Amino acid sequence: MSQPAASSAVAPDFSFVAVDEVSRAFGRRRALSRVSARVEAGQIVGILGPNGAGKSTLLGILATLLRPTTGQVRYGDLGAARGAALRARIGVLGHDLFLYPELTARENLEFFAGVHGLDRPGDAARAALARAGLGDRGDDPVSAFSRGMRQRVALERALIHDPRLVLLDEPFTGLDDASASALLRRLHALRAAGAMVVVATHDLDLADGLLDHALFLRDGRPAAVMARPERLRTTYQEVMARPPGGAGA
Amino acid sequence: MSATPFGRSLWLVLRKDLTVEVRSREIAYTTLFFAASCVLVFAFALVREGRAPEGGAAGILWIAIAFAGTLALGRTFERERQSETLRALLLSPMPRPAIYVGKLLGIVALLVGTEVVLVPLVVFLFNARLFAHPFWLAGIVLGGTIGYAAVGTLFAAMLVRARSRDVLLPVLLYPVVVPVIIAGVQGTTALLQPNFDAALVRFWLLLLVTFDVVFVVLALWTFEAVMSD
Repeated sequence: MSQPAASSAVAPDFSFVAVDEVSRAFGRRRALSRVSARVEAGQIVGILGPNGAGKSTLLGILATLLRPTTGQVRYGDLGAARGAALRARIGVLGHDLFLYPELTARENLEFFAGVHGLDRPGDAARAALARAGLGDRGDDPVSAFSRGMRQRVALERALIHDPRLVLLDEPFTGLDDASASALLRRLHALRAAGAMVVVATHDLDLADGLLDHALFLRDGRPAAVMARPERLRTTYQEVMARPPGGAGA
Repeated sequence: MSATPFGRSLWLVLRKDLTVEVRSREIAYTTLFFAASCVLVFAFALVREGRAPEGGAAGILWIAIAFAGTLALGRTFERERQSETLRALLLSPMPRPAIYVGKLLGIVALLVGTEVVLVPLVVFLFNARLFAHPFWLAGIVLGGTIGYAAVGTLFAAMLVRARSRDVLLPVLLYPVVVPVIIAGVQGTTALLQPNFDAALVRFWLLLLVTFDVVFVVLALWTFEAVMSD
């Protein structure tokens, strides 16, 4: 991946992210309970689990949007308190797409390129549109796009600043086969470029063979952690069928 | 890449908000029609033989600004909520106070646009001599608008995830901005007096500027904290 030109000093970099015994409660409801994980540079880690398992909460904590109730997250030598400088190295694709429907795809991408301090937002947006396969639709408002097209723009928005840590929540939603294949190629390219990719997904067939590690969550608790999980759907069903207890491969 | 500079962040947020509004004109039309209807109804109720009760024009002007402002505040942040774009702003390396100032300036610009139509309407319908001292008038109206929007922007951002935000916003906002609205009404009433008292108008203007400084500083101080988690 080429490094986009940035306007200001280089943000602190990190080569791993470590989640250490992180819990998160919303009022009396505990969304995450003592979750630990580690993501190294050049790895794709999957967070798998049923609805309400705590996947999005964990992504929110990794994105520095939520603070853990207990436990901590380390970004290399850095703590989450580094705030804005740390967020310059994180890209997030949420379940909601974070796009302004009234603006065109190009305006959205230029805005977020500017927000991330890129020197030439126009060039960055043009390149991102080409990567999304929407070079000829760049001046159409996002509200006129199909869900899949918006998803492609949103992915490029999340990656426009070449983040070190990429957090993707259900990235395959709304994508047709060709777009899903293109996304898989993009994720492999991100891994090859040394990015850390964390994917929360229910698309087990698409994620099969993609993940370097998988963290299975159930009711906010880690149900299993596996390296290079195979036959993901079968493995997932086996893990979720186990009685609640300790996590392990 | 590092934290995006404050001025650049502020400008990006402001320009984006104005672009979205120019494209949809949704908030401008809504606030304008609401404010104009409000003034029109009060004019029919209060003006008799071309004469309005003393201070009536000032009161109606500020009621219209406050109510139209609440509409603008709610709708501005509803836009950010619908596509979760406020979350995207919070996930960015922009300083969070810059996001606040960008949103604040966007709302002030929208309200000033409404006031450009509203003030002449009040002058016409209430036969009020507001344009006798245009610079003082501009100062009072702008001072009051900034103070109102400073608190309103903070509260609207805080409430963006609250289920009953539409009810809570005026309930929280009006008690806090009552001093601003009173100072605005008094300053505007002073402008309408037959014997213009510059010292009195200056007093109300200085009071409004003081409110503005206090509210903006408090909002800048608390915005990061209230938007975390």
